[in-house]
Amino acid sequence: MTNNPAQALIQFNNLTLGYEMHPAVHHLHGQILTGDLLAVVGPNGGGKSTLLKGLMEEIRPLGGTISWPLGRSQLAYLPQRARLDLDFPLRVADFVSLGHWPRRGAFAAIKSTDKQAVEQALKAVGLTGFGKRSLDSLSGGQLQRVLFARLLLEDAPLILLDEPFAAVDEATTVDLLALIKQWQAEGRTVIAVLHDLHQVRTHFPKCLLLARDVLGMGVTETVLTAENLAKARKMQVLADPLAPICDLDEVEVQG
Amino acid sequence: MIDWVYQALFAPFIDFGFMRRALVGCIALSISATPVGVFLMLRRMSLTGDAIAHAILPGAALGYMVAGLSLGAMTLGGLIAGWVVALLSGGLARITVLKEDANLAVFYLLSLALGVLLVSTQSRNIDLLHLLFGSVLALDNEALILLAGIATITLILLAVFLRPLILECLDPDFLRRHSKVGTTTHLVFLALVVLNLVAGFQALGTLMAVGIMILPATAARFWARQLDQLLLVALGLALLGCWLGLLMSWHLDLPTGPAIILVLGSLHIFSLFAGRDGLLKRWLHPNKHLKS
Repeated sequence: MTNNPAQALIQFNNLTLGYEMHPAVHHLHGQILTGDLLAVVGPNGGGKSTLLKGLMEEIRPLGGTISWPLGRSQLAYLPQRARLDLDFPLRVADFVSLGHWPRRGAFAAIKSTDKQAVEQALKAVGLTGFGKRSLDSLSGGQLQRVLFARLLLEDAPLILLDEPFAAVDEATTVDLLALIKQWQAEGRTVIAVLHDLHQVRTHFPKCLLLARDVLGMGVTETVLTAENLAKARKMQVLADPLAPICDLDEVEVQG
Repeated sequence: MIDWVYQALFAPFIDFGFMRRALVGCIALSISATPVGVFLMLRRMSLTGDAIAHAILPGAALGYMVAGLSLGAMTLGGLIAGWVVALLSGGLARITVLKEDANLAVFYLLSLALGVLLVSTQSRNIDLLHLLFGSVLALDNEALILLAGIATITLILLAVFLRPLILECLDPDFLRRHSKVGTTTHLVFLALVVLNLVAGFQALGTLMAVGIMILPATAARFWARQLDQLLLVALGLALLGCWLGLLMSWHLDLPTGPAIILVLGSLHIFSLFAGRDGLLKRWLHPNKHLKS
């Protein structure tokens, strides 16, 4: 990882995130550069989703800071399980056009060029001609493609994906991975929470291994070592209710 | 034969001014209350309309006690009572452990009890029957202008808030990430519910105003699978119900409000069986499917 602070998009300074004083991400140092394709891996409860929530400022750090040397970036987010009311009688094209929200907001009209952009986004995710279908007619994989089409339209420089391939088949995964790589080629920064280590090694140049404590951050091969993975497996999953106040604040724990 | 059809379906409106007024009032109400009902149903708040309708009663009764059978005073009283209950329910849900439906149950019961108490202190209860069951055959110019005005406001606000209104129901997290307009949208929508119920009680009475809101929406759900179709079908059913209800009331000499609601209810039951997503289709073709 080049240590050029001018390029850093996000800087973690001794960041601790958590809930009701129990840390879920513990003393994270490091930076994410513009154009990075970073996988976040680790056991369940290791703090991966919490890190994304911290980036979106949905929770405030218990300690340390997240700083944005280039200014806070506009970001698009794909949740792990989107809380969607799929019985709502709406067409796929109308749903995807919500990706125009960052530009059109709650009230401005959707123009004809916006509608063309929706068609193109549907084409890009392999759902040409699905615009008139209703949302409740989609399979799980098709729905994930539709959500990717909406992300595509949001046109954000930073994209956060929380387990994007958790419930989709291989063909869908291949298509969506290609889309992610295209985002990187366009100069966007992508942070994805993933579980398939083979997938991470094959497609993601950088990796953050998180098991509450940071076990490694940087080039994927140097992070996903047998030793680090063994440590990750040993993580105590449940928060200890009797844990004492942490005194690590003065100590460097960079991975 | 043609004469019979004319006599049965059209003559009452052509021959009598008060029937025309009633029809115009019902058309305004259908255009206004039906889309609100569609969103109530989609937001799983169908019973919210019912509860707020009950809550309006003490306000209207107070207006009546202060100013007699005055449209302005009763409308204002109803608006205030409905608003207070809707705001208390929505507001307290955001700052206490109780959810909106529980709060609503509490405050509408209190409001209804207060309303019944107020009504019972009046000796001239005949006038108050108008309040409960409406007087669609006695709509004057003032009342028609009020109904048309409420319809205008409702359509404009629904058009402006359409996108957040859909999104708050479909994908609330997305709305929260991108905008702070969610709370405003919810409050505007509650205001529209109150406004339309108050409009409805002029014509149909407090207890039946909610019928013209919800019944066309629920019936339309068996025919339409997209929001735009749903809104149009619901409006069509509402207009049909009002027209047939008024005729039924005229020919059989029945009270108008209940007649309209009963026709709308029949349309719902018909749709439940005969609709595109209705029960008959399922019974007639239980195991059929298309070729792959």
